Amino acid sequence: MIKNITCVTCPMGCSVNVEISETGEIISITGNTCKRGDLYARNEVTHPKRSLATTVRVEGGVYNVVPCKSSEDLPKEKIFDCMQAINSARVNAPVKLGDILVADVCGTGVNIIATNHCPAK
Amino acid sequence: MLNYDLVVVGGGPAGMAAAIKARECGIDSILILERAEALGGILEQCIHTGFGLQYFGEQLSGPEYADRFIELVNEKKIEYKLDTMVLDVTEDKTVYAVNKKDGLLEIKAKAVILAMGCRERPRGALNIAGTRASGIMTAGTAQKYVNIDGYMPGKKVVILGSGDIGLIMARRMTLEGAKVECVCELMPYSSGLTRNIVQCLNDFDIPLYLSTTVIDIQGKDRVTGVTIAGVDENRCPIPGTERTIECDTLLLSVGLIPENELTKNAGIGLDRVTNGAIVDEYRETDHEGIFACGNVLHVHDLVDFVTQESQIAGEGAARYILGKKGSPEYITTKGVGAVRYIVPQKVNIKNEGDVNLFFRVGSTFKNATVKVTYNGETLITRKRPRLAPGEMENVTIKNEMLKGFAGGGVIEITVEA
Repeated sequence: MIKNITCVTCPMGCSVNVEISETGEIISITGNTCKRGDLYARNEVTHPKRSLATTVRVEGGVYNVVPCKSSEDLPKEKIFDCMQAINSARVNAPVKLGDILVADVCGTGVNIIATNHCPAK
Repeated sequence: MLNYDLVVVGGGPAGMAAAIKARECGIDSILILERAEALGGILEQCIHTGFGLQYFGEQLSGPEYADRFIELVNEKKIEYKLDTMVLDVTEDKTVYAVNKKDGLLEIKAKAVILAMGCRERPRGALNIAGTRASGIMTAGTAQKYVNIDGYMPGKKVVILGSGDIGLIMARRMTLEGAKVECVCELMPYSSGLTRNIVQCLNDFDIPLYLSTTVIDIQGKDRVTGVTIAGVDENRCPIPGTERTIECDTLLLSVGLIPENELTKNAGIGLDRVTNGAIVDEYRETDHEGIFACGNVLHVHDLVDFVTQESQIAGEGAARYILGKKGSPEYITTKGVGAVRYIVPQKVNIKNEGDVNLFFRVGSTFKNATVKVTYNGETLITRKRPRLAPGEMENVTIKNEMLKGFAGGGVIEITVEA
């Protein structure tokens, strides 16, 4: 079986073909133009992962929320659980870009880190 | 009256990159004027990742990308004024601006860089019938509400337009618990990146209806629903295809318009296709010493390209201020057939380096040939596996070629299937 996948690693959006045997093993990966495309396609047929970018509530900041992202890609099926955990978190201002806002979100081993500064009010 | 060598209008990615480059080229006296309360421009609300792959070789979110340049602006001690609205840029390069602290500012500049960015086309530009209920807004407005202000502007959402902002907001609203009913696209193809269709729509089973538009909006105080319909090849709604979708919010992602009010007031010549100024290879407009770069010049797909273009403008402004410009001799560039526009629109043949010509096509092509001609003679042919309106292309004119040109010549770019 050949599975066609659009790589979402970068804005190029390469169309990658993954050939899978009847036992579910990957026979070949073609169409990607870089190593990241190979890895993405491999993960996509075995264990899909996505990066997550969202916001966390800030207490006492000049803004109500501070943007954040997952330090690594998260298992796709856990995205909504992670959203729930992140939305129930509260952090105190000031927040600095790079601060860990939620550690080991939903037991994934992945941290949620601030992607902007939020000074105190 | 204040005096600066260089005044930059706009402190987004374009303005910051241009100012930093001008500083690196030896200009000490620089002032950036920014309308918002922080530097960074629209990147501040673009919290998704995907920025910086070309320029930094890594995946950054919008605020992270902006922060790298904000740090440089501070490090290089480039002056800026926030919360400051530029009212007028005159032909003699006097800039009038206003803010709460200084009142009215009159700034005399040796050179000006216009970096005001672009804005979204609003409902009024589309003439959609229906009521004036609340819940109708551009995708970018919703993005600000969710990502900066921290609240959700709706629960059941229809999105008109499949540009990247619309697709990104479909995912963002879904992650925050809204139900995105569908994305409608007037054209038979999406103008958004393929990766965004995959990761923003397909991942969440949000349907994308191509050749479909919104023809009516219902609701008295709040939107209660919209009527969508298929369109024919002339983009006219097809009778009998109408159906009503219940929703409380309609987001519009139907194109971006360079914000050129200041440019027009200054009497600077605009390109009718890009809606931005007509510029040379250093992004200098037809007014000497006034430059334009970034989305105010033409709408870019990636901020990385905005940065690169703005560095060119920053260098050009520095050359002009330092008296290195010389007396140019220009050839013009012209897009033919499917090539809708080329930036820059003119090129100085005395330029000492290679010149990149950026262009955009009006329809999709597979295995196409891009042909560049000079006064009718073929200069360059390049194979391209794929060309799409949503993806800016470029070809390089080598300096050896430029040297062989004569002032008044014409470079044309065409695409053959």
